[in-house]
Amino acid sequence: MPETPIAVEARNAVKTFGQGAVAVKALDNVSVKIRQGEFFTLLGPSGCGKTTLLRLIAGFETPTSGQILLGGADITHLPPNKRPVNTVFQSYALFPHLSVAQNIAFGLEMQDRPRAEIKETVARMLALVQLEPMADRKTSQLSGGQQQRVALARALAPAPKVLLLDEPLSALDLKLRKEMQIELKRLQVETGITFVFVTHDQEEALTMSDRIAVMSAGHIQQVGPPREIYTRPANRFVASFIGETNFLSAQSDGARVVLGNGAAFSVAAPKGPVGLAIRPEQVRVVAATEAGAMPATVDSTVYFGTDTHLHLTLSDGTIIVARQQSPASGGVDAQKGAQVGVVLAQDALQVLGD
Amino acid sequence: MSSDAETKAEAARTRSAWLLSTPALIVLVFAASGPLLIVLTYSFLTPGQYGNVIWDFDLNGWIGILFTKDIFDGTWGLADAHLSIFWRSIKLSLMTTAITFAVGFPTAWFIATRPPTQRALWLFLITIPFWTNLLIRTVAINEVIRNEGLLNTFLIWLGVIAEPIRIIYTDTAVLIGMAYVYLPLMVLPLYAAIDRFDMRLLEAGYDLYASRLRVLRRVILPIVKPGIVAGSILVFVPSLGAYVTPRVLGGGKNMMIGNFIELQFGQGRNWPLGAALSMTLLVVVMVALLVYVRAANKGGTPHG
Repeated sequence: MPETPIAVEARNAVKTFGQGAVAVKALDNVSVKIRQGEFFTLLGPSGCGKTTLLRLIAGFETPTSGQILLGGADITHLPPNKRPVNTVFQSYALFPHLSVAQNIAFGLEMQDRPRAEIKETVARMLALVQLEPMADRKTSQLSGGQQQRVALARALAPAPKVLLLDEPLSALDLKLRKEMQIELKRLQVETGITFVFVTHDQEEALTMSDRIAVMSAGHIQQVGPPREIYTRPANRFVASFIGETNFLSAQSDGARVVLGNGAAFSVAAPKGPVGLAIRPEQVRVVAATEAGAMPATVDSTVYFGTDTHLHLTLSDGTIIVARQQSPASGGVDAQKGAQVGVVLAQDALQVLGD
Repeated sequence: MSSDAETKAEAARTRSAWLLSTPALIVLVFAASGPLLIVLTYSFLTPGQYGNVIWDFDLNGWIGILFTKDIFDGTWGLADAHLSIFWRSIKLSLMTTAITFAVGFPTAWFIATRPPTQRALWLFLITIPFWTNLLIRTVAINEVIRNEGLLNTFLIWLGVIAEPIRIIYTDTAVLIGMAYVYLPLMVLPLYAAIDRFDMRLLEAGYDLYASRLRVLRRVILPIVKPGIVAGSILVFVPSLGAYVTPRVLGGGKNMMIGNFIELQFGQGRNWPLGAALSMTLLVVVMVALLVYVRAANKGGTPHG
């Protein structure tokens, strides 16, 4: 497979806010390469530095040290209006004195594009986001979802090399958010523009992204496709931030890990105490009599409709959660206090770094 | 039956509404419409010998606004002196509005971008001059700009100039005085508009390839326009009728309409002309306001 060109790159980017004792390091030596044409998501809790990284790419902030490259060229000190990069703001930041069409035309007018081209592009953008009937409305007359689409069209109209999206869906209600997720993905595929998407919503990140960078405390914890991030979390933070996870402590002799209750698994890990993670859906609940199953007691059951969560205690007191189909859908009907067997899929056990 | 009760209740509501507005109506009749009607009536009367009016219908007050009777042959000619006073008044008022905007906009922007806890203090500082009588403030300006005043003394002491610059009793002096006096009236509405301005729109503008100047022209100014309109009206209207400032700083020669009107009721002993001038000023201001507000409210933005 030929190497995909890099659209944006951050090299050892550091951003410190404030000075001296009150200085806060929002980004601590972050390096990341975002490929051309991909849907790249910066995912993390608030304050992890994801928005700061986005603002460094947009040019609203200058890194304290390090570089920002766009298509291989250093743009670290280029002002925002000289960067072929556009932003969809969390608050949309639509111009209230302009109509929908004028909002979309703004970037093109500032680039002094010919009038005919502007008219043509605005019409194309209105069609792209399905807002043709709204062209002459004031933006204040639009619903939240429509404003969101105007913000998208306005940022896409100048055909930027990279589109930056700063939690654009957080102000929408759940149903609209789902619709816009699909819409965003469609726009990204149709335009072929590199999208850099910031969110704290792991589900949003998993469903939309080509690749995800999980961030925490100014560092990138892991970069990879959604499936890899979910199934092979690099460390405890990633495992706990994305989806639900059971953490188990074990002893490793290099080739095998042994849990507190004595169960052993052939998993390679550094010698000594190690942390293991396993997703609840990989924990299988069977009859207590089944051979090879670890004995456990059911503490409680939580019914979720198609799924039921079983909170179990292993013989050494370790608590583990199993997600299984509800009894009506074919799962084991376990009551509180019942003795059951637990089987952990060996290849689903994940050894965690720090 | 019920509709009868409703009619009664409606009538009672109307009665109490009228009753409640009585104080406002009294003020309107006696303080606004009444005096205006008197002025309007006087403008159609004949001037008396001793600065009174004689109750004879006469249009000379109105004709006198633009024309003057030659004292030798009695023919009517265009009153150049009057025209130059009108022109000076309009010119100085427009310039005052422009200067207060040029100074007031950065001031208002500065205040609106301070941390919320500091803004009240800055606004308070802006309004301090209002605590002092207008005449005293104007005389203070006189003290600064007169030939032996602070400014000239300081410049001579610096060696920048050898002879004092003559500012006092010129149009420049009137302009300085009016700009100083009316500046807060520009700053306060501008501050109110800028305070409501969403600063995130600046980033949106920069992000969409607009330079700083273009963000100012295409984003900030159109959005804070209501504040600019309000500030301009608040400065332009009193400037046009200014009396104290041109009197103290402009000397006797550099009259504005206000001084000219006063002259007719005093030394000029021509009340009908003064009354006609007052009515003209009122109409000019109202027409100017209508045109300005109409133009400012027109939708769409300038391109370029």
